[in-house]
Amino acid sequence: MAPRECEICHVNRAQILRPKNHARICAPCFTALFEQEVAETVESSKLFQPGERVAIGASGGKDSTVLASVLKTLNERQNWGLDLVLLSIDEGITGYRDHSLEAVKRNAEDLALPLKIVSYQELYGWSMDQVVAQIGKKGNCTYCGVFRRQALDRGAAMLGVGHVVTGHNADDVAETVLMNLLRGDLPRLSRATSIVTSTPSAAKAKSADGKVMITNVKRSKPMIYAYEKEIVMYAHHKKLDYFSTECIYSPEAFRGSARTLVKNLERIRAESILDVVKSGMDMARLVPQVQDAVPEEVEMTGGCGDAKESGGEMAAMERKLRQDEEAEANGIETEIQLARPSKSDRTEDTPNAETIALTAANDHPDGQNHDRDQLAPVTLPNRTKKQKPAVRGADKRTLPPKQKLGQCEKCGYLSSQAVCKACMLLEGLNKARPQTGIEVG
Amino acid sequence: MAEHASIPLTIEFTGGLELLFSNQRKHQVELPSSNRSPNVADLITYLCDKLMKDPRKDMFVLDGTVRPGILVLINDADWELEGQETYQLQPRDEIVFVSTLHGG
Repeated sequence: MAPRECEICHVNRAQILRPKNHARICAPCFTALFEQEVAETVESSKLFQPGERVAIGASGGKDSTVLASVLKTLNERQNWGLDLVLLSIDEGITGYRDHSLEAVKRNAEDLALPLKIVSYQELYGWSMDQVVAQIGKKGNCTYCGVFRRQALDRGAAMLGVGHVVTGHNADDVAETVLMNLLRGDLPRLSRATSIVTSTPSAAKAKSADGKVMITNVKRSKPMIYAYEKEIVMYAHHKKLDYFSTECIYSPEAFRGSARTLVKNLERIRAESILDVVKSGMDMARLVPQVQDAVPEEVEMTGGCGDAKESGGEMAAMERKLRQDEEAEANGIETEIQLARPSKSDRTEDTPNAETIALTAANDHPDGQNHDRDQLAPVTLPNRTKKQKPAVRGADKRTLPPKQKLGQCEKCGYLSSQAVCKACMLLEGLNKARPQTGIEVG
Repeated sequence: MAEHASIPLTIEFTGGLELLFSNQRKHQVELPSSNRSPNVADLITYLCDKLMKDPRKDMFVLDGTVRPGILVLINDADWELEGQETYQLQPRDEIVFVSTLHGG
């Protein structure tokens, strides 16, 4: 075999083939290059201010583990003077989050960074296990998304932090761009491609002396141009310890189809991932500036059921969820092929059994023709059934009415409604809560 | 070229793949070599047929090749640099399969 040496140092043997340019480089040159590129993204976008206190959204997974390690390294090397802290959200999902939190704690120790864990239980009185026990596995990802967004902001407020960074990578953004392209949701697409989301979200956090702190929380994605493959390789060669399982309640749903598409695309032409990201950014510039008053749901890095909704749709959704109390779940899944017969209205016919992630060979009968990857766990019933009329009616797709920013009357969180989404969901949950306080098994 | 009856290899599964292989990350494998040198394709077939205890073969292999999203390292180098499935295995090679298909 012809000896292949690193194209950069010409000394070591080549170990990595870079997707974006097919460069063949050794591991030490690779890790240096990876760090350098993140530094360039940060500095060219002017993401940080010297002395800024920044919270790293840390799940214990590969992206946030690498993000924390790289930022810590760069902070020292580039003298950014940042005050870094890890912020982790405990949704209360046994068998998933409890394990990944262990990974985050190890990260915190290894990097010598402070760690703050904010749990749904303490914030809302509900863990996701309890939510699922209450409402079943339909719509639970919506709850999780709404709760998470507030949890991150509130956690940031508790820490006195105005800037949260997340480990979104190029593959994530490419998936989101494709997903929203397939749905025809250009405004959402454009928001997904911003490296910085400056949300005017106000979290009312109660400090020890009962004072109310309101902060504006900025969100950014320093690894937005980093390939998922390279993040994994970085973690491998630096021997970083991370947690790697899907949320047990996540069926992947629509994002799963986009993810499969991206992975297959990567095989054929790896540069496409970054090209899609850049196309997305170009498209974003074409989108008329909509009054983006309502904070969007947090997009999980990979794996999470799609929980992105916009303000008005959320209210309609809430009503739907209340109506669906009898567990009459919708059978429709927002998938690439639209022409499903009305059979999809009846849950009973559709094999909607949720499966644990990683489960393949799901119960789809052979006759069914699914565009998306057969391996993706069976989908949640569609929480976006309302999109069916939307597909026909062009009106729903135009600019949402201008929303006025106000504060939720219950919790003070920034909202365009009188009561914010999280409080609305909680109301529903609490009303249905049995008096005897049944514990989740 | 293999004159051994079998080739000893160290196989590692990470990124969640270990779940398919009895929850064990590292495996010492003796790959039977019959009369020609086995390559990585042969290894993958062997792993699916003999080592994988989980019935979900398609989490690992899809359409005759490793599922997109699973990285393969041969002696700590990207398998694309070594000829992917055609790489001929040597005794005591270390093959690592890393899945990237999970949340971050």
